[in-house]
Amino acid sequence: MREQLLSIIEKNSRIGISELAVLLGKDEIEVANEIKKLEEEHVICGYHTLIDWEKTSIEKVSAIIEVRVTLQRGQGFDKIAQRIYNYPEVKSVYLISGGFDLMVTLEEKSLKEIATFVSDKLSTLDNVLSTGTHFVLKRYKEHGTILDEVKEDAREVVTP
Amino acid sequence: MRNFLSDKVQNIQPSGIRKFFDIVTEMKDAISLGVGEPDFETPWHIRDEGIYAFEKGRTFYTSNSGLLPLRQEISNYIERTQGVNYNPQNEIIVTVGGSEAIDIGLRALINDGDEVIIPQPSYVSYAPCSYLAGGKNVFINLKAENEFRLTPEELENAITDKTKVLILPYPNNPTGAIMEKSDLEKIAKIIKEHDIFVISDEIYAELTYKGKHVSIVSLDGMKERTLLINGFSKSYAMTGWRLGYCCAPNWLIKQMTKIHQYAIMCAPTISQYAAVEALKNGDEDVKIMRESYNQRRRFLIDAFKKMGLECFEPYGAFYVFPCIKEFGMTSEEFATRFLQEEKVAAVPGTAFGDSGEGYLRISYAYSLEKLKIAMERLERFIKKLRS
Repeated sequence: MREQLLSIIEKNSRIGISELAVLLGKDEIEVANEIKKLEEEHVICGYHTLIDWEKTSIEKVSAIIEVRVTLQRGQGFDKIAQRIYNYPEVKSVYLISGGFDLMVTLEEKSLKEIATFVSDKLSTLDNVLSTGTHFVLKRYKEHGTILDEVKEDAREVVTP
Repeated sequence: MRNFLSDKVQNIQPSGIRKFFDIVTEMKDAISLGVGEPDFETPWHIRDEGIYAFEKGRTFYTSNSGLLPLRQEISNYIERTQGVNYNPQNEIIVTVGGSEAIDIGLRALINDGDEVIIPQPSYVSYAPCSYLAGGKNVFINLKAENEFRLTPEELENAITDKTKVLILPYPNNPTGAIMEKSDLEKIAKIIKEHDIFVISDEIYAELTYKGKHVSIVSLDGMKERTLLINGFSKSYAMTGWRLGYCCAPNWLIKQMTKIHQYAIMCAPTISQYAAVEALKNGDEDVKIMRESYNQRRRFLIDAFKKMGLECFEPYGAFYVFPCIKEFGMTSEEFATRFLQEEKVAAVPGTAFGDSGEGYLRISYAYSLEKLKIAMERLERFIKKLRS
């Protein structure tokens, strides 16, 4: 049940327990308990909403920043990541393989604020060797959802 | 001018669905639950393979029976799902949809006057194809109390000394019924006793929600007397690619190939390349789609239960087949009024044979959101009828 439950609520976190129970063919109580367990185990970490900010009047600028770091005794990647992810403007931090170490995504109100964050806060960290900032120009797909997609049913209305 | 038309073609009726289609098309904002094809688009990696085939200039005929690598993949697929081995060299034909296989299979098997047993309700093309091939159709009216499965008694009663072929349409369109292994075993016994040949249309094989689909060819002694039909339309959401296939003993495939080569030449080449990809790397897509259909199926069965509408629980395809006899209307009246008053289109059961009278085919190849709206309307509609 777990895998199916998660794959349903990953796409629709607003679905009610009773409907979930029907779709999964389980009791409501069973489903409610499972969700509670998943929350306690931090398998479910939050229920967020996917917003296309571009369609609002609110200004948002995002950037993806490549960060190369140097490790010191007693200071692994986790420690450095923590110093970075504690900033609320940081949306995500990943440790990655390849030419650099951490990938940080940032969301701010303006280009300038991002520049300030990178130059004043990120680059000045002792462990940070270099950064490369990429501004996001357009978002096509997020969280498995194509943002501008309007699906039309191209099928004939009645077929055998 | 004299009438140039053949008697045979004039004797067959246009599909009952067509008539309904015309009414629905005129109604602009109607919700349709009348579609017999997946709502999913073909998975991207399969479409991408089609595009790639175009780019590489794969725009020529293939061999009559289809690309050998595709026939090999089909053979592997039957082997891994049913444990039955078909020789890709001479026991498989790639066809233009499962429908072509039905047609050429019947034409290769039937002499004038041979009896073809067709359980109904079932897909619309068996009876006309059989008739055009010279067959005499013998219908079995399947019953809701048997969950529309074919019972040994029903089969026995339909058999005469002229019986040659049984059409076995499971998982079933329009009822959603399946035949489990134990059901098939009883049927197989009778088939062998009476020396009958089976055309097993398993186009919905991958859409089974109660255990894995069991094909009759996996039963002892049945492979040599069965034409197995399957395809890519339903399982991989590839209806528009027009690609199916059939597997049978070489003595039959050899003859069917003649009809196929003269009438069709070969199935669409681009589709065949895409289908290789589907069979090689498409299992996960099928799994995701199946789970999605299954959720909708549960939703509909639950919705019917809540509104007190009688419906057996179907475990196959993407149809439910609720009973509307309590309203004292024919299926066609019910469907027409439902469409006019609530703007929801569902196909009258009678489009799939007389025994569909009193039933409605509702397809769940639609998003849950759409199904929810449709069920609200159905509930309102039947409340009005009951009051």
